[in-house]
Amino acid sequence: MPNPDSFLDSAVNLSNVTAGYEHNVVFACLSLEIAVGQFAGIVGPTGCGKTTLLKTILGTHPVFSGNVLLNGYPVDRVPPGAIGYVPQLGSVDWSFPVTVEEVIMMGLYTNRRIWPWSSKEERERVHDLAHRLGIYDCLHHHIVHTSGGQRQRAFLARALISNPKLLVLDEPTSGVDIKTQHEVLHLLGDINNEGITILLTTHDLNAVASHLPWVICFNNGLVAQGKPRDIFTNEILTQTYGGDIVIVRHEGHFLIANNTPLHLTNGL
Amino acid sequence: MEFLLEPLEYEFFRHGLLAALMVGALCGLIGVYVILRGMSYVGHGLSHAAFGGAVVGFTLNFNFYAGAGAMGLLAALLINRITRNGKIKSDAAIGIVTTAMFALGVVIISQVRTFTQSFEAALFGNILGITGEDLLVIGLVTASTMVAMFFMYRPLLFLTFDNEAARVFGIRTGIVQLMFSLLLTLSIIASMNVVGVTMIAATLIAPAVTARMMTDSFSRMLIYSTVIGAITGVAGMYLSYIFNAASGATIVLFGALLFCLSALVKLIREKFMLRVNLHRHGDLMHTHAHSEGHGTQNDKPERGKTNSGEPA
Repeated sequence: MPNPDSFLDSAVNLSNVTAGYEHNVVFACLSLEIAVGQFAGIVGPTGCGKTTLLKTILGTHPVFSGNVLLNGYPVDRVPPGAIGYVPQLGSVDWSFPVTVEEVIMMGLYTNRRIWPWSSKEERERVHDLAHRLGIYDCLHHHIVHTSGGQRQRAFLARALISNPKLLVLDEPTSGVDIKTQHEVLHLLGDINNEGITILLTTHDLNAVASHLPWVICFNNGLVAQGKPRDIFTNEILTQTYGGDIVIVRHEGHFLIANNTPLHLTNGL
Repeated sequence: MEFLLEPLEYEFFRHGLLAALMVGALCGLIGVYVILRGMSYVGHGLSHAAFGGAVVGFTLNFNFYAGAGAMGLLAALLINRITRNGKIKSDAAIGIVTTAMFALGVVIISQVRTFTQSFEAALFGNILGITGEDLLVIGLVTASTMVAMFFMYRPLLFLTFDNEAARVFGIRTGIVQLMFSLLLTLSIIASMNVVGVTMIAATLIAPAVTARMMTDSFSRMLIYSTVIGAITGVAGMYLSYIFNAASGATIVLFGALLFCLSALVKLIREKFMLRVNLHRHGDLMHTHAHSEGHGTQNDKPERGKTNSGEPA
C-alpha cells in the first residue's frame, strides 16, 4: 500500500488508467492529477466518457489497467466518509419514501453505529448543516415535495455531513434554473474555501467560466486542463467539442456559444 | 368473542394461526425492501427455484428445507451475479434463473414416478398441515431475520435508496447485498408451506404497498408493513375457518382487500386536500398576495405538481 504522505498534494491521482465497457475502451492510458484544495470542472461533449471517468475516480467502475489514488489511498481502500458524492438528480428515485432529514442522515451511515435510530449528536449535526445550507424548514418533507434547489442542497448536505476531503458531483447544474445554478456554484465555492477539494462534471461552459478556477477538457482522453481563461480558446474547445465555438470576452468575463448554424447541426 | 376462541380449541388451527402471524410479519418486513428495489417478482421466482430444489433434494434423500434452501440461495446469487453489470435487468434474470430451476423440479417429478411425497403443499400451501418442525423453522427464520434487519437498517436503507452512493460512501454493498439475499431466500422457504409457491409474491408485496399508501417515511413504512402483514395472516386464517375456504388464498385475498381500502382512502384524502388547496389558493388570489409561510419563489414545488407532490 502506498504511503499516503507521498501523495499529500494530490487529491486525485490517475496514472496510466485505461477503462471502458466490455471490449470497448472509453479512454486509454489516462494520467490526471488534481491538487488538494482544487475546485475543478470536467467538461466535454455527451458520450465523451465524463461519467465513466467520474465513476472510475469514485471506484464504482472497474479499470482495465492503471492506478487510481484518492488522497494517497488506492480507491478501494479509502476510509469510509472520506469522499462525498452527489449523484445526478435525474438518477434519484423520487418516489422512495424518505424525508430530507433521512437523506442527509445517510451520509453518517458509515460511522459504525449499529442502532437504526439516530443519536442526538447526529441529529444536531444534520440540523446545523441544514441550517447552513438553507433547507432546515424542509427537513421533514418527503423528498419529492421539495424544489430543485432544495433537492440539490439535500444531496449536497448528505455528501458533506461526514466532513469529506474530496467532494465529487455529477452534473450539479443540470435540471435546475439559472438562479439555483448560480447559488449552487457559489455555495460550492464557499465549501471549497474551507479546504475541501471539489470535482464536478457539467455541460455548462459559461457556469464553469464564471465560477470555477480550474477546468479539465475531456473527450475520450484529456484534451487540456488549466484556468478557464487559458483553456477556453477556440482551438481547445473545437478540439474538445468538434464544432465551431465562439468565445466572447468582455471585461474579464466569457460568453461561450456554438457557432455552427442550426441547419448544419440538425442535418437539414 | 366466541367465534375468535372456538377455532383455537383445535391444535391444527393454533399451529396455522401462529405460522400465519409469523410469516405475515416476516414477509411484511422484507417485502418493503423487495418492492423498493423494484424486485416485486423475486419472491415469486425464488419460491419456484426453491420448489425445484426441494424436488431435487427429495430425490437425493435430503431434508425438504435443505434442498429448497440450497437451490433458492443459488438462484439468489445467480440473479445478483447476472444483474451486476446492469446489462440484464433483474426481471429478466429472475425469469430465466428461477423458471429453469422450477422446470428442473417438474422434469424430475415427471421422470421419477416413485414419489411418496406430495408437493401440492409447497405449490398451493397447506397451513393446516403445519407441523411442530415447520413452526420451529418459521420461528427461527422470523426471529433471525428481524434481528438481522434491525442491525442492518442503516446500510440496507442506503443501499436500497442509492446503491452507487452507498458504495462510494464506504458501505460494503456486496456483503450487505449477500446478507439480504440470504435472508430473503430463508424467508421465502419458511413461508412456502404456509401460503404456497403460487401465492408467495402477493404475501411479500401486498403489506408493503399498503404501507406505502399510508406513509412517506421509510422507518414508519417498515413498521406498518410488518404489522399489516401480521394482521393479514391472522385475519386471513379466521376468515378461512369461518368461510371454510383455502387458507393461503384467503390470506392473499384479505391482503389485496386491505390494499384496495388503503388506495381508496388515499384517493379520497388527495381529492379533499386538492379541494382545500384550490379553495385556499383562490382566497389568496382574491384577498392578498402570497406572503409568509409559502417560501420564496425558489422554494415552490416544481411546476406541474400540487403541494402534495402529485402531478397536477
